[in-house]
Amino acid sequence: MKVLMFGWEFPPHISGGLGTACFGLTKGMAKLNQVGVIFVVPKVFGDEEHSAILLIGANNVPITRKEIRFEDVQQKIDYYEVESKLVPYVGEEEFWTLKSHKYSKEIRFVNTNDGYKIEFSGKYGPDLLQEIRNYALVAEIIARDNQFDVIHAHDWLTFPAGIAAKNNSRKPLVVHVHATEFDRSGGNVNPKVYAIEREGMETADAIIAVSGLTKNIIIEKYGIPPGKITVVYNAVEPVPDETDKGLQKGVNEKIVTFLGRITMQKGPEYFIEAAKHVLKKMNNVRFVMAGSGDLMNPMIARVAELGISDHFHFTGFLKGNDVIQMLRMTDVFVMPSVSEPFGIVPLEAMQFNVPVIISNQSGVAEIIENAIKIDFWDIYAMADAIYGILNYKSLAKHFKREGKQEVENLEWVNSASAVTDVYKSVL
Amino acid sequence: MKTVCLFFQIHQPFRHRRYRFFDIGNDHYYYDDYTNESILRNIAQKSYLPTNKLLLKLATLLKDKFKVSFSISGLALEQFELYAPEVIISFQKLAKTGCVEFLSETYSHSLASLKDKTIFEQQVKLHDKIIFELFGVKPRIFRNTEMIYSDKIGAQIAEMGYNAILTEGAKQVLGWKSPNYVYVNAINPRLKVLMRNFKLSDDIAFRFSNTNWAEYPLTADKFVNWLEKANPKEELFNLFLSYGSFGERQPKESGIFDFLEKFSMQVANHSKLKFATPSEVIEELQPVSAESVPHPISWADNERDLTAWLGNGMQKEAFEKLYNLRHQIAKCTETEMIKDWNYLQASDHFYYMSTKYFSDGEVHSYFNPFDSPYEAFINYMNVLSDFKIRLNTFVPENEVENEISALQKIVAEKEEKIRKLEATVSALEKKGKMKKTRLK
Repeated sequence: MKVLMFGWEFPPHISGGLGTACFGLTKGMAKLNQVGVIFVVPKVFGDEEHSAILLIGANNVPITRKEIRFEDVQQKIDYYEVESKLVPYVGEEEFWTLKSHKYSKEIRFVNTNDGYKIEFSGKYGPDLLQEIRNYALVAEIIARDNQFDVIHAHDWLTFPAGIAAKNNSRKPLVVHVHATEFDRSGGNVNPKVYAIEREGMETADAIIAVSGLTKNIIIEKYGIPPGKITVVYNAVEPVPDETDKGLQKGVNEKIVTFLGRITMQKGPEYFIEAAKHVLKKMNNVRFVMAGSGDLMNPMIARVAELGISDHFHFTGFLKGNDVIQMLRMTDVFVMPSVSEPFGIVPLEAMQFNVPVIISNQSGVAEIIENAIKIDFWDIYAMADAIYGILNYKSLAKHFKREGKQEVENLEWVNSASAVTDVYKSVL
Repeated sequence: MKTVCLFFQIHQPFRHRRYRFFDIGNDHYYYDDYTNESILRNIAQKSYLPTNKLLLKLATLLKDKFKVSFSISGLALEQFELYAPEVIISFQKLAKTGCVEFLSETYSHSLASLKDKTIFEQQVKLHDKIIFELFGVKPRIFRNTEMIYSDKIGAQIAEMGYNAILTEGAKQVLGWKSPNYVYVNAINPRLKVLMRNFKLSDDIAFRFSNTNWAEYPLTADKFVNWLEKANPKEELFNLFLSYGSFGERQPKESGIFDFLEKFSMQVANHSKLKFATPSEVIEELQPVSAESVPHPISWADNERDLTAWLGNGMQKEAFEKLYNLRHQIAKCTETEMIKDWNYLQASDHFYYMSTKYFSDGEVHSYFNPFDSPYEAFINYMNVLSDFKIRLNTFVPENEVENEISALQKIVAEKEEKIRKLEATVSALEKKGKMKKTRLK
């Protein structure tokens, strides 16, 4: 069986959990050795300068093809990169401000001369939807030139591409919902994005949701019959055992970490309020907010207002190794997300022997037992949990041991196998 | 003749309110009065009162052919006094019929037997005192918290003067042997050991209303028939149940009361079956052998051991931290402190911290006011931290604090002295002034 998969990012160029999830899933599939994967992504990611330079001059964009080899499983997947101006995880407004002053021309797709070259010419419109339609055009070409049995599209930006490929090839379409507009926007749903999501879900032959939470949103907000939706939980890539590699903290104090985009969806303000309460009772603790986002400045202001800046630190966006460094230093990891379809970071923290506190409003809370679960708004419970883990030794000890063991049992191969079952159900 | 020994356990803990760490040192009230009252009122209405009413009816009707035994924890009795005094009155009425035996246990339904001899003894004495005050009897038979028992615990109980102890007929200790005989303690053979027939007991307590059970529906005829058909040499059926089984775990609608009534009538009027209290059992029946229990057993979960209370690191830490205070509390005379100390010892607090999700998690969560064991642990440790701070003010923990409090005492004394002296000085000064004016 062969699957044509549309994503928008792939390691190492990732901006959020989606790239990690796609990588893990495809690797799991390679290990499973039942399904061949053709993976399509736009090459350009959330990095605005990079994309701007590459795109402006491009009127003849090649689709490059390369193979990715997974060292340990001796399997490969085909990997395509499509040059395009797709910026993952931004609202339309942000996308618009990002582009409006840079592009005045329009772009349109013209016919391709062969399977691997598309000519871009003309101007970009200030419209994200146009971008997505462009991606869909490319998808059609790829669909025409490849043999596959199923189409698998990850999240709304790729749904039109998936639909285009489906129309072109008449193969079944599976859409994978990693997040919905309701999670991203916190209530201010963009009707156009909603329409694309809904169209994708309705056209799809089957839907994969990353959690029961997301499944419920799909049923309630998009009116999709429950029977069409399967929940497949994410997993984590195993990390080498590094228990012995002690890391020297600069300070002899406890560290409590928030790691993620500083946006409304992630609930950073609740973390700050909880920090204030903890700091009232103990002094030898520092709070770190690692990440960036549109709420970063208001958060810095709030921390200053509360007068806890001497114990509260902002690191800005962390990448790759820095994330691991940060986790190694952490004594408690908190994810107070207001709405989190899945949330892979707590699992990574658990891999590094870090006790975690997660909100009940996260999909990951559905599968994890060895974590403290609180409501995102309950800052008293959050503060109490932080204090408890920092002060009552056996609790941290329990989480370190049992938590690590628990995540080690979450394997991508199981997720891949569940996804394969979904493919089989639509064939 | 075969004997049926009916025993019911009654216990209710004082559940803690959400006690956040900001409360430590600020707020010294730990209890969720609303929850405690509503749970107690609810179970009293659904279970304790109607069952007592039925038992009273049976006792009046069958006279001394009907026998039943109870152990009621001190914390449960305290809550009855607070929230449902009519329950105590109905027990007193039952006690007057002479068909009832009250057994001894720890006041707090605590795990003290696993930690400290002195505390354990105190707990038992306190319990026997309240039983005597309320029912005018001195218990002779002991039943430890949740049937926890080991050779050592048995030996201590014998030393404390009790004649017998009740425990679980756990498979890991009985093996091929039957619980339907009287056994004796392996260290001190003067102490009789009555072992619960968990199959028959749980048929009533757990499976009675389970429609998926092969024996459903369970009727009194059927149950009595099982007893009749048992090995003719077996002499004793120990049916030890939690009292809440009647009306609470098995709701009234399941016909549990009807079952209890019919069953009791049939046994009482049976030619080959009869009821007996534990005291009567050990007088009438000869023990068959000693039963060795080197590691503590209990009636909890599938493992029938201590893992429900002391299975994980959190439970062990909380347990150790609690009983680390025992030397300090021994010197404390504050009534409020001793009350809290008794409430803190309830085994339930440790039960809430259990992480045995998969096998018995359902039972654990059913009785658990907390959403997770971690919450339960944090909450308990917060309460304990506050309790410790208070205890330190009454009974200083170590030498430094001892010294500080001694110094504070001296300072206070000196200050008092200075105040007195100042008063004398100023009085003298006044006198002197008056003299001067007079001289002028």
